[in-house]
Amino acid sequence: MNDAVKHIPADSVGLVQPQKYHFDTPLVLRSGRVLERYDLMVETYGTLNADASNAILICHALSGDHHAAGYHDPDNPKEKPGWWDCCIGPGKPFDTNRFFVVCLNNLGGCAGSTGPSSIDPETGKPFGPDFPIVAVRDWVQSQARLADRLGIARWAAVIGGSLGGMQVMRWAISHPQRLRHALIIAAAPKLSAQNIAFNEVARQSIMSDPDFHAGRYYDFDTYPRRGVTLARMVGHITYLSDAMMRDKFGKDARSGNFGRDLRSGRLSFGFDVDFQVQSYLQYKGEVFSKNFDANTYLLVTKTLDYFDPTVDFDGDLSRAFANSECKFMVMSFSSDWRFAPERSHEIVQALLKARKDVSYLEIEADEGHDAFLLPIPRYMRALQAYMERVAQECDTAAQEPRDAR
Amino acid sequence: MRADLSLIQDWIAPHSRVLDLGCGDGAFLAHLKRTRQISDCGLEIDADKIQKCLEAGVNVIEQDVNLGLGNFESQSFDTVVLAQTLQALQKPDEIIEEMLRVGRNGILIFPNFAYWRHRLYLLWRGHMPKSEHLPYEWFDTPNVHLCTINDFDTLCRQKRIKVLHRTVVDDHQHSSMLMRLVPNWFGINAIYHITR
Repeated sequence: MNDAVKHIPADSVGLVQPQKYHFDTPLVLRSGRVLERYDLMVETYGTLNADASNAILICHALSGDHHAAGYHDPDNPKEKPGWWDCCIGPGKPFDTNRFFVVCLNNLGGCAGSTGPSSIDPETGKPFGPDFPIVAVRDWVQSQARLADRLGIARWAAVIGGSLGGMQVMRWAISHPQRLRHALIIAAAPKLSAQNIAFNEVARQSIMSDPDFHAGRYYDFDTYPRRGVTLARMVGHITYLSDAMMRDKFGKDARSGNFGRDLRSGRLSFGFDVDFQVQSYLQYKGEVFSKNFDANTYLLVTKTLDYFDPTVDFDGDLSRAFANSECKFMVMSFSSDWRFAPERSHEIVQALLKARKDVSYLEIEADEGHDAFLLPIPRYMRALQAYMERVAQECDTAAQEPRDAR
Repeated sequence: MRADLSLIQDWIAPHSRVLDLGCGDGAFLAHLKRTRQISDCGLEIDADKIQKCLEAGVNVIEQDVNLGLGNFESQSFDTVVLAQTLQALQKPDEIIEEMLRVGRNGILIFPNFAYWRHRLYLLWRGHMPKSEHLPYEWFDTPNVHLCTINDFDTLCRQKRIKVLHRTVVDDHQHSSMLMRLVPNWFGINAIYHITR
């Protein structure tokens, strides 16, 4: 079917179509508020096997969505594939020949699932700032309902990077019987004060934009472009590393340039853009501001800030994991300073203390936090090897007689 | 699997928890999982070997043994294995303490520097001994803390470590009367099973 679409590579899942699932059962949120009904936007790749043992769930990070792999538009040769296309597809680590891959836009998002920009059926207007703040456990609860709907009693694996990794932890803690493997990549057990500080700068830049209108900018047919741009610029810096920025913006042949490539070859002696890195960040920020809802950005940064799986366990992460039944794979990247390897060490130590099966890799990479999205050879090989083990267990599970559960 | 590792497997109880420090390609842990249904955990720092562990379905943690076992709870494993790694550690005495803190018992395999060929090499040639088992030059060897069987026995006495078993073997992991009688002269590899 993909033969007709020339720009789609052979190892892609090809053209994909998102699907909206509607849920009528009220969802009681961690905040105590109730979401009476909601939609989840979902993409799936591959085929669910007869006993539904080959399903894996991909959890997205701050600005991700359900479109993790493949293409939407057959007529646009410039279209970029989904955000984790390097990992999902035939022969790739999350091999769609073997796994049924599920990815959804989380509640509160702005890519089709119910969120602040959705119409509130009570008022006929967008929820805006009235949309409840959702917690990671609320997302996971909604994901579990989606699993029920898809007929998946137990995921072969739940996988996520960054904020996605936090959802994986919550799955292992809150639904121990519903996953066999947990892959927690470039994550942290909870945010540090520094992490929260960066989120606060992002929120303040959005909320202080005059076009924010206390979150009701939809009514004014505008959006806080400058605020979101600024928020994303700050965020983006935390996703990269010093070394990577040097590499990207220091190609100028003059030695000692230290990642300070000039844009036009000379200094302006004013406040215009002098250096490549300035225009890069501004461009990235502006593109993002056009495509991402400001209220969702505010909400998701709060979700991050609030994440603390130890809150019900006297601050003891190993106790939180005590009932987990899955095996764990934890990965970090050497130059990640947003969620540094030390944060992953905390997760590994808690898992060891809880006597869980755990593997841990610290991948040497210059790409900073963003590394988890990139096809770094050692990272891909390790994922491939680990998922091979997961796939073999699916095959064994299919051969075993069904238990009485 | 390496022959020296097959010698120690009988000291590992079925269904026990085994921590292998410097687990290499994970073959030993994979074997114990198959034959003794152990709970496995290996530490390794070499990326290629870690990949092999993943391929073998072994739990592997990328961690430098030299930095200690601070992330492991006391008495959280039954057996802690340190095979052909002791001599390359920066602080071998501290790691031995750590092994017996984290595990109920420990198994070590290390080359005996007092083997007669090494002694003769130094005596006649006046150079640091080189052999099949110690193939490095003095300046590029990873083996910074070579010891003899006598040295190890002394350390165990000082630290009040109990030796449960000791086997002294040659290249082919065979023992002989001579090795049993005068291990510190004729043993090439020493294998110790220790506890507190």
